[in-house]
Amino acid sequence: MADKLIEMRSVYAGYGNAVILRDVDLDIYSDDFIGVIGPNGGGKTTLIKTILGLIKPRKGKVSYMFDRDRHAIGYLPQLHKFDPRFPIKVCEVVLSGLYDNRLRPSIYRRKDRMKAMELLESMNIQDLAKMPIGELSGGQMQRTFLCRAIISDPILLILDEPNTYVDNKFEHDLYDRLKDLNKRMAILLVSHDIGTISYYIKSIACVNHKVHYHGSGKITQDQLAAYDCPIQIITHGAVPHTVLKTHQDELDTE
Amino acid sequence: MNWILSDLWQFDFFRNAMLTAFLAAVSCGLAGTYIVSRRMVFISGGLTHASFGGIGIGYFFGFNPILGAALFAVLSALGIEYASKRISVREDSAIAILWSFGMAVGIIFVFLTPGYAPNLMNYLFGSILTVSREDICFLLGLTIIMLVFFIFFFRLILFTAFDENFAITRRMPVQFINYSMMILIALTMVFNIRVAGIILVLSLLTIPQTIASIFTHDFFRMAVISMVAGWVGIFGGLMFSYSLDIPSGASIIFLLVILFFIARLISYFLHRKAG
Repeated sequence: MADKLIEMRSVYAGYGNAVILRDVDLDIYSDDFIGVIGPNGGGKTTLIKTILGLIKPRKGKVSYMFDRDRHAIGYLPQLHKFDPRFPIKVCEVVLSGLYDNRLRPSIYRRKDRMKAMELLESMNIQDLAKMPIGELSGGQMQRTFLCRAIISDPILLILDEPNTYVDNKFEHDLYDRLKDLNKRMAILLVSHDIGTISYYIKSIACVNHKVHYHGSGKITQDQLAAYDCPIQIITHGAVPHTVLKTHQDELDTE
Repeated sequence: MNWILSDLWQFDFFRNAMLTAFLAAVSCGLAGTYIVSRRMVFISGGLTHASFGGIGIGYFFGFNPILGAALFAVLSALGIEYASKRISVREDSAIAILWSFGMAVGIIFVFLTPGYAPNLMNYLFGSILTVSREDICFLLGLTIIMLVFFIFFFRLILFTAFDENFAITRRMPVQFINYSMMILIALTMVFNIRVAGIILVLSLLTIPQTIASIFTHDFFRMAVISMVAGWVGIFGGLMFSYSLDIPSGASIIFLLVILFFIARLISYFLHRKAG
């Protein structure tokens, strides 16, 4: 039986005067691979920021069932949030994933550097270690940020749309890696492309101000409609693809 | 230039100016690399101008105006850092208000000060040749504190600046770093007012960094190159100011801009050869 890592109960969250998430209940277990889907503006990013502690809930409670001093939550933010001209090297970005709440001087242990290089090697970008982050392509940046997210051996890995700005080949490569990582950590993957991720995820959370948890990785358009989650289903390959018709609900979202 | 140096070295004020030039280059090199990397140049400009309020109050009550400026700048810096997280004001508008409010307070108090406000122009336009021993002590203390802070927390500063949200998820002491850096930036601005003046000091923290960023994209190297470029600008500007009898603050900035164009030319030819 997998351990429960995070328990959200009646959580309300938002920015300024806008309440984006309403009455959210969600449990995350140690072997989960949850795909987070939903329309733009529906609160996908708000949900993960609340889990990460970047936003304090207005109401309700987020409980962590593990020792946060000993176990990390890995985070891969959206790519466009970075300033690509910031003067920092790829290997430094990866090593930043090892820093924590201790006020310690700026010295790495040898084994930290080795670990960073091993991770970069496993992503085939070890040659870029000394490059400034801004000179990398979208896919190379995502790989770097994935290294940063997992160098701390997190207990939970949260990825916010890692498939933007990357090519198809890297996207599938990334999901294969995640499947492998899922043996060691829980994964929460935000994506607007439910078709592709449905081959990899174990369960789905539909976020449209409210959160509906769906216990399997497959979801039909009727179920989505029932969840009040107006998104498109587009699949690749041999599976015939379906496009969900627009609901009245979609017009209501901001 | 040799004759100028040996001619000048015998004077106390000149040796003071040389020491100030060195300290200014180091402090502005570090703080400037941080504000340029984090795109905080406008905030820093706001802080510097807001500090004029403190200068006016210093004149009025008869204490060292630089101390008044330091107090004003630090309080403004803490206010900006606090407000940016909690109050939903457009940040650039808030800075503009602070910028002009400080100047207004300064003008009012300078006006109210009985008699003539001596050396007012030195605060506005800088005058590295008239720095006092006290001014040097402030700048020396700040430079040492900043060096120690950077040596000790270099990576925490770098990582917090690069991606604050990620740093929070790693539970790094982000608030401690942000507030400390705001205070250090504010003090760097104020204690270097004597070098280039309120109106020009911002350039000491941005032009050397812009020159450095032509040659490197690494924070540490950028800081070191900025220090060297800054020192060349301040020292050279001082020499020009002496030999041409023009204001030192302006000639320092003028020389730095010339250095920037020379650096661009060098990099252009280097890349053409390499390409």
